Amino acid sequence: MSDARIWRRLQPYAAVLLAAVLIGIPLWLVVATAGKSRGEALQPNLSAPSHWQLFANIKEVWTEGKIPAAFFGSLLVVVPAVLGVLLVGSMAAWILARRGGRVAAALYALAISGIVLPPAVVTLVLWLRQLGLAGSAIGMIGVYMGIYMSTVIFFVTGFVRTIPASLEEAAQIDGAGPVRVFVRVVLPLLRPVLATATILVCLYVWNDVFYAFFVIGGRIDTLPLNLFRVASAGLYLNNWHLIFSYVIVMTLPLLTVFAIAQRRIISGITSGAVK
Amino acid sequence: MSTVTEKTAPPRAVPTAPARPRGTARVTHPMWFMAPAFAILLVFFFLPTVFNFVYAFTDWSSFKSAINPVGTANFQELASNGTLLRALRITIVYAVLVAFFQNLFGFLLAVLLERDTLINRIVRICFLVPVLMSALAVGYIFQALLKPDGGVNSLIGHGFDYAWLADPTWTIVTVAVIHAWKWMGLSMLIYLAGLKTIPTDIVEAGRIDGASRWTMFWRIRFPLLAPAITFNVSTALLGSMNGFDIVQATTGGGPARTTEILNIFIYRTFGQGLFAQATTMSLVLFLVVALMAFPVISILRKREEIL
Repeated sequence: MSDARIWRRLQPYAAVLLAAVLIGIPLWLVVATAGKSRGEALQPNLSAPSHWQLFANIKEVWTEGKIPAAFFGSLLVVVPAVLGVLLVGSMAAWILARRGGRVAAALYALAISGIVLPPAVVTLVLWLRQLGLAGSAIGMIGVYMGIYMSTVIFFVTGFVRTIPASLEEAAQIDGAGPVRVFVRVVLPLLRPVLATATILVCLYVWNDVFYAFFVIGGRIDTLPLNLFRVASAGLYLNNWHLIFSYVIVMTLPLLTVFAIAQRRIISGITSGAVK
Repeated sequence: MSTVTEKTAPPRAVPTAPARPRGTARVTHPMWFMAPAFAILLVFFFLPTVFNFVYAFTDWSSFKSAINPVGTANFQELASNGTLLRALRITIVYAVLVAFFQNLFGFLLAVLLERDTLINRIVRICFLVPVLMSALAVGYIFQALLKPDGGVNSLIGHGFDYAWLADPTWTIVTVAVIHAWKWMGLSMLIYLAGLKTIPTDIVEAGRIDGASRWTMFWRIRFPLLAPAITFNVSTALLGSMNGFDIVQATTGGGPARTTEILNIFIYRTFGQGLFAQATTMSLVLFLVVALMAFPVISILRKREEIL
């Protein structure tokens, strides 16, 4: 048992050391390089900048890198896509969870197949052109909704099955129609699973560059697309201080949301598994 | 792609469909509620997939306006010059390496940080930061860290100048480790959740029987983690088959195209206007993932049942 006691003593030190090395060093590189002058950052290393100019650098990418436009572009596709997929996905998931039978089972299998299957990105572009949606925000929103619909349906269906149907029946007896039951009874009960699904879908959509490149590349700028486009050319070539300033600006919104809601997010992800 | 939870422990024994007459369900849970979701899935997911099976057999390109059927010429061309098998092999090797490292790291972190102390909770949050970051940003960070005169080599020792991202043999392993680094926090969370589901009475019983810590861990707790392992391995494996950002931001497919996974190939050929080739590879990716998904998930599920 003394083994165990030594481990108990050492474990906190081991944990902190590991986090410092594995997470601290890469993040330090980002902050230190973003705080350097161009000349100093030419060869990115782990030394501290001789004088910090983090805010000047962020200001430079903010204006030269057209961050406000890209930020707006990101919001323009991310917000409707996430809200839309959650609403529409929950509606379908509620019915799929509550109706038995072979048809519902087959539809459920079809609906969640997108979790593993990769989207056909090349023909998607051709198809969007034919629909007149290529390069448009609506096309991009539809594509994201299509890609993450399976994830939402999978999550929410599993959750609805753990909620007793008696809560809905009480409202039905009072004469509420399906829309009313869904909005008034079901949606509020889904809050924990929707919180988890929101953060996961936001994570993927906010950071996506692959699908955005094919669907809206060159037409609408999003933060990752902008970073991707310019990181290898022009303004940013070997300008590591600007690349990492950009990374900080781009990561802060998600990091802030996470910092505020971290307890709920973690328990949302883990409590689903405990059930 | 990783979706968390439900698969790790399917909700138990709650009646899936309350027994009620069919007519009632039609009124209380109408089918049209599913219409918007399935309409979006059809237009933006299933139809493009169907077209994938059509356009892979045409000569669609940016160089001419007409699109003509060409049979299996695209496949033959890609197979005969070795590109097809090569890209496929690289993709599968990459996915297997990512699944291995991501689960190894995530599992070790979960075991290390299992107790609910304040320090452990803070350290867990630190390991979630890479999960939140854009994969592109992660790629650029490691591109800078792993330069021959970059941060990692200077920490290893003076004069050590291994080019981590320019080795035709080992760079794919390096990139897979970077991918695993980004996602290990999520795997850790799922393993932590799995460790929490283990009933205390089973652990108690083992302790009373005098099992050593080592035996307890490998014989009792590890097997009970099977659902979490299933979930983590299958999402890491199938998700990284569809990877792009990290490889693009670290190596761009190089050196000498040794890390050119299928999506990098698709991105490159699409940029060159060779749409038919890109579509063909996209179809190959779809088929491989579809073919792998069923056996991988069923093998892991079966293992769960045995244990």
